[in-house]
Amino acid sequence: MTTLTINGKMIEAPGGTILEVSQANGIRIPTLCHHPALAPKGACRVCLVEVKGSRVLQPACTFPISEGMEVQTESPKVRAARKFVLELLLSDHPKDCMTCEMCGNCELQDLIYEYGVKETPFVGEQHEYPLDDRDPFIIRDMEKCIRCRRCIRACDEIQAVNAITMINRGFRSKVATSFDTRLQDSNCVFCGQCISVCPTGALTEKDSHGLGRAWQTTKVTTTCPYCGVGCNFDLNVRDGKVVKVTSHWNNPVNKGALCVKGRFGWQFLHSPDRLTKPLMKSSLWKERKGTEGAPSRYEGFVETDWETALDAVAEGLLTAKSEDGPDAVGILASAKCTNEENYLIQKLARREIGTNNVDHCARL
Amino acid sequence: MTLKELERIRAKAQKELAVRGVEIPPDSELKPPRPGEVRVVLRNCGLIDPERIEDYIAKDGYFALYKVLNMAPEQVIDEAKRSGLRGRGGAGFPPGQKWFFARQAVAARPAPTDGTPPAYLICNGDEGDPGAFMDRAVLEGDPNSVLEGMAIAAYAMGATQGYIYVRAEYPVAVEHLRTAIPQARRLGLLGKNIFGKDFDFDVDIRIGAGAFVCGEETALIDSIEGRRGEPRPRPPFPAVSGLWGKPTSVNNVETLANVPQIFLNGADWFAAMGTEKSKGTKTFAIAGKVKNAGLIEVPMGITMREIIYDIGGGILNKKKFKAAQTGGPLGGCLPAKYLDTPIDFESLAAAGSLMGSGGLIVLDENDCMVDVARFFMDFTQDESCGKCPPCCLGTKRLLEILTRMTQAAGTAEDMQTLEYLTQNIATASLCALGQGSVNPVVTTMRHFRDEYEAHVNEKFCPSGVCKGMFHYEILADVCNGCGACRKKCPDKVIKGDKKVVHEIDLPNCIVCGDCYKACKFEAIAIRPGPTPKSRLPERR
Repeated sequence: MTTLTINGKMIEAPGGTILEVSQANGIRIPTLCHHPALAPKGACRVCLVEVKGSRVLQPACTFPISEGMEVQTESPKVRAARKFVLELLLSDHPKDCMTCEMCGNCELQDLIYEYGVKETPFVGEQHEYPLDDRDPFIIRDMEKCIRCRRCIRACDEIQAVNAITMINRGFRSKVATSFDTRLQDSNCVFCGQCISVCPTGALTEKDSHGLGRAWQTTKVTTTCPYCGVGCNFDLNVRDGKVVKVTSHWNNPVNKGALCVKGRFGWQFLHSPDRLTKPLMKSSLWKERKGTEGAPSRYEGFVETDWETALDAVAEGLLTAKSEDGPDAVGILASAKCTNEENYLIQKLARREIGTNNVDHCARL
Repeated sequence: MTLKELERIRAKAQKELAVRGVEIPPDSELKPPRPGEVRVVLRNCGLIDPERIEDYIAKDGYFALYKVLNMAPEQVIDEAKRSGLRGRGGAGFPPGQKWFFARQAVAARPAPTDGTPPAYLICNGDEGDPGAFMDRAVLEGDPNSVLEGMAIAAYAMGATQGYIYVRAEYPVAVEHLRTAIPQARRLGLLGKNIFGKDFDFDVDIRIGAGAFVCGEETALIDSIEGRRGEPRPRPPFPAVSGLWGKPTSVNNVETLANVPQIFLNGADWFAAMGTEKSKGTKTFAIAGKVKNAGLIEVPMGITMREIIYDIGGGILNKKKFKAAQTGGPLGGCLPAKYLDTPIDFESLAAAGSLMGSGGLIVLDENDCMVDVARFFMDFTQDESCGKCPPCCLGTKRLLEILTRMTQAAGTAEDMQTLEYLTQNIATASLCALGQGSVNPVVTTMRHFRDEYEAHVNEKFCPSGVCKGMFHYEILADVCNGCGACRKKCPDKVIKGDKKVVHEIDLPNCIVCGDCYKACKFEAIAIRPGPTPKSRLPERR
């Protein structure tokens, strides 16, 4: 156990960084480049604290605790330095929170509010980059980028793709793909991990633009229906409609990571083309019911209910089995089903029908 | 390789060297030693063929390594500490201490079982300061002294693999290293079981792509790992977790070149040179308005006056000394009152500057201190890695203010903002580049505040540098009508008959400065206010 004092309070901790120990003891230290899912970087200088004996202020997110250490997290010197950093960041940040997609969910905005940075004393050049909407799924507004490198680390540490990195030096340094191409022309797999960790409005979901901001939506945690991995995520719902998918960090399955389908493939939910009732071939309906049936949007199919549809399927399977033997039947299951559902369907094939002709479209 | 073999090579090489002489073209920057110089690091430069390891052995090369390999590593560390050698890269941290920490860290972790080295030694040859070329001279002129120093350091700390990080802008240094390393391997001075002892050490070259920040040791480590060079926060220090997470010692070229000499001549010999806390010698690259610009090596504790006036030959064109900029772009400008301060790590730091890697730029009365600060800020801003806002954005704002000041657009508020910026950048930045970036501004503001005030309040550049902020006037009581200025004037706006006081037709003068340079009688003065045709400031 290591004993140290933070803001005059004696604390015992097994180890870790000043930030970790502070958080565990209910002492809040503001952060910007830090993200729980990523390795600490010490880049943004917002979590600076005073460590006795140290010539300069130290970042709490990377500084390990040691025996007898004395830390001040809210001294005037610390607060002044944090305010200074925020003033600098604000001097190079668009002031368009009114129309910003991330308004209300922006970590920079929250800190600027907390530290009361009404205006910045620094007048000077601001980055001017065109809004980069050349790619599917992701809009990059590099004017809003604060170069915290969370996206780069997510791309590296979580996805291990390394599609983006810093280019140039000094004021001209910028997050980009190699040779500053479109994401589509890079290694990018459009997993969107970069968006999920971006603290500002620099990286946003293209399809969700204008559909609602943090306070207008409610989050519903659910499991991704696309494959059997069972990733969890939050559906952001506004007025009964899904407008966005965001990472749900505290789950054991995917720990916030998603693939392109899970994160960006939610539009089918409200697609007019989506089947909401079973369909039956018009000829089969006529054969069974003797009527024309309710027409559907699909030629040669009529709408029906589950009872009728499943009856027809069961009869068809039994007929095939009795007339041509069980191996005349084959079943192809779906990767979109859960493991349990797929287990049941192989039971149906092997035990009820008596065939081994069962497969699974695991290559969805 | 045994001691006998080494002695045989030495004897043969000494004879050869005496007969052959050295046909190395003289280095324009490294002249023969002048009185007052003591050459330890540069002792062989220009006197041996750097592409022949035998030449180095003729000068007792690799005998220190033999001596060291017969000592315990702890003894080596103690000897290095006792010599008082401090890191020559700028910070002045004792290398013995670095090796000690690295050795502790190696001992504290299990020996690697995957065949990777237990620790690394890195030689930092990423000399990025503008106008500094000490390390280049050593790497080009005596690469084996660095290799020997590396082997000694590696033995002391427990490393088996070394890297020399050299910038791509030093092609000759790279070439000479590429010759020296295989030669040392062939003689068994690098590789397995050096001198038959249980010590393996090999060296590889890594070439930097020209980023100034890669001279910062953690950024350099990133660069060797194949990443973009960006400083990492410390702790953990490289001695504990550096290159690929292994204990690593990063030492400067000049530091390592000192090491063999210390073990050859003894720690006491080294400690006898210099001041109480700064031992040995230091190389300086003198540049600027000084007669004998170039590379020198002097004992620590020498005064700036001795360097500039005795060795450097004084200021060019009989001008007045104004300031000396030491320590490169992160150092400070020291005015005349510091001329007699002994040069060592502590004195320079106390004066607000740095020892740095040894750049020394001499400024005279015609150098504008605001413009000098702007120049260095331009460099630092360009070379900031962009990782932390205080450095990346703070130096940009500093540069913008200084540029405004040198373009007659500075305000009194700008002065306050400058102070606010410099204070906070120094405490909030991640690495030494950010923390030190403000030194040129802080020292010029401290020692030459009147110049800042003239720029801001009167829109006047008293040194006659910032365009559009001054004009020239011929002093009637000094001018003897020699006509030198009239003949030089490109626009023929100076009027006056021979031996009659001349006059500048100010409305048509473009303030090019040719007359000012031509006048031998100091009859032309710099006065506030632009002329209508003053060249407009260039957009920077």
